[in-house]
Amino acid sequence: MSTREWLLSEQPASRRQARLGQGYRTWLAFRGNWLAMVGLGIVLALIVIAALADVLAPYNPVTGGDLNTQRLLPPLSPGHLLGTDDLARDILSRLIHGTRLTLMVVALVALIATPIGLLVGTTAGYFGGWVDTVLMRLTDIVLAFPRLILALAFVAALGPGIENAIIAIAITSWPPYARLARAETLTIRNSDFIAATRLQGASSLRIIWKHIVPLCMSSVIIRVTLDMAGIILTAAGVGFLGLGAQPPQPEWGAMIAGGRRFLLDQWWVATMPGLAIFVVSLGFNLLGDGLRDVLDPKGRK
Amino acid sequence: MANKTNRGRRGALWLKRTGRLVLTVLATFLGLLIVTFMIGRIVPVDPVLAVVGDRAPQSVYDRVFLELGLDKPLWEQFWIWLKKVLAGDFGTSFLTKKPIIDDIARVFPATLELATVAIVIGTLAGIPMGVWAAVRQGRLVDQVVRVLGLVGYSAPIFWLGLLGLLVFYAKLGWVAGPGRIDIAYEYAFTPKTGLYLWDTATQGAWDAFGNALSHIILPATLLGYFSMAYISRMTRSFMLAELGQEYITTARVKGVPEWRIIWLQALRNAAVPLVTVIALSYAGLLEGSVLTETVFAWPGLGQYLTNSLQNADMNAVLGGTLVIGAIFVGLNLLSDLLYSMLDARVRRTS
Repeated sequence: MSTREWLLSEQPASRRQARLGQGYRTWLAFRGNWLAMVGLGIVLALIVIAALADVLAPYNPVTGGDLNTQRLLPPLSPGHLLGTDDLARDILSRLIHGTRLTLMVVALVALIATPIGLLVGTTAGYFGGWVDTVLMRLTDIVLAFPRLILALAFVAALGPGIENAIIAIAITSWPPYARLARAETLTIRNSDFIAATRLQGASSLRIIWKHIVPLCMSSVIIRVTLDMAGIILTAAGVGFLGLGAQPPQPEWGAMIAGGRRFLLDQWWVATMPGLAIFVVSLGFNLLGDGLRDVLDPKGRK
Repeated sequence: MANKTNRGRRGALWLKRTGRLVLTVLATFLGLLIVTFMIGRIVPVDPVLAVVGDRAPQSVYDRVFLELGLDKPLWEQFWIWLKKVLAGDFGTSFLTKKPIIDDIARVFPATLELATVAIVIGTLAGIPMGVWAAVRQGRLVDQVVRVLGLVGYSAPIFWLGLLGLLVFYAKLGWVAGPGRIDIAYEYAFTPKTGLYLWDTATQGAWDAFGNALSHIILPATLLGYFSMAYISRMTRSFMLAELGQEYITTARVKGVPEWRIIWLQALRNAAVPLVTVIALSYAGLLEGSVLTETVFAWPGLGQYLTNSLQNADMNAVLGGTLVIGAIFVGLNLLSDLLYSMLDARVRRTS
């Protein structure tokens, strides 16, 4: 029996086989969607480039070359594939190192916002009553602000910098996850298996953490993946306004702002980082769409 | 008799529902105020330093500490602040030395004009595209609309703005550059409403009108593109839902021309949820305008907010945030109300 047959078996012999088989079927469905595969490819490439930035980047991203001869070189110049900026720094190397900042922002925002959203949503949904009212009102209030503007106000108060930008974006990102987790919790809360667990004397904390959170996870993860492009664009916007990563960090949004002064004569300085943001956001959007089609067919509309 | 009690009961139900809506809105506005207050007073480690900077002498520091009322308990500080804000007093801007409410009133028409032209462009382009994509589901048009939408969701708006300036202004010279109007035309009319297109047209200053139009067309198309992406996608899914209904089949069987079925019958029913979508994207334009106005040197609320942010003018930032938040909540409420009104009419006729 081949591995494939073992995975696709109609009568799995063990729980592990059933789980692996389920995963394999999901993967087969996902693989059939070529746009989603392109998205996955872009995201994987982003991760690999970020990990190997030191090896891949031909130049140092922060210190530039000779200011007299190597400033603002156009793309395809010898040694500088994408040209150089006003401080004679190689744009390709800066973009390569910028992947780390982009990945860091996305990962940290997801790591901060997802648990907050899950905690608020499951608690509100499980307990109901006034707890639900208070928590959901709080969620609606944060949702009432346009996201970028609330994030900007937070950064203004906390002070510019990439760490504060991450905190601000995370603070404004959790409400949709809370709503989603609450909706899922409401459908699970009254099931028999929850009642059975409660009869066995499990505490509320244990029921929420061990039985409700795992069931909310898949829809929340899809939502987070779909939001990642939005997170990248918000972070780039904050960086563009000079409130995110500070120079000389190679953050893509800040690089566009830096290249703005030379836009009319040296178009590549501002254009290249924007292209990088576009490709990466597109990758996350395609991946998120594909994941949703595979894992959550009812939310397709 | 039975009819009367029925009407009375429906009236009571309507009152109850409206009452709940008003309460929700009041709670949301209060929350908006609390969040804004917190950002101003609690988030900075030392709000006095945020005002005076870290090189101010101790005497100035002490005076500002008392002026801000930081010796009072927090709820009292909030109460004092709340009374001022509700009276329209957001404090004075450090940058312009003017009351913030006056600054906002001065810059707001620019944003209103930009957002309105943008939503008109977005709606006029988005609805036909969505309808077309739904009719030709899975065909080339549908794919094109999908790709246009994906680009809209993935490209940074400020980057597209810079590219637009580069291509259409610098290289091709089709449109005027940054700003609202050329200096040469600035005194050709009196900005009564602050909406330049309206002012110039009503005063017959057609040269100035043409110049203002040439300035607004690029940023408005760009903003409109982002709302178009959303509006066309929603139109497509609403239309698909309508086209699958039985009354469409009935109309086809009766021999009603296909264009009538699509544009008059199906679209009219899809229009109900579309109204809320348009109201929501109008609110979303406020967010987009912050970045767009910066790129196009458009002297509106977005640029005012950005300037204040970059100069750490906290009062102005909070004033702008509060105004934008309030408009956002207002538009959300409006879209809810519109939906329930239109929906009720639909329910009664069916």
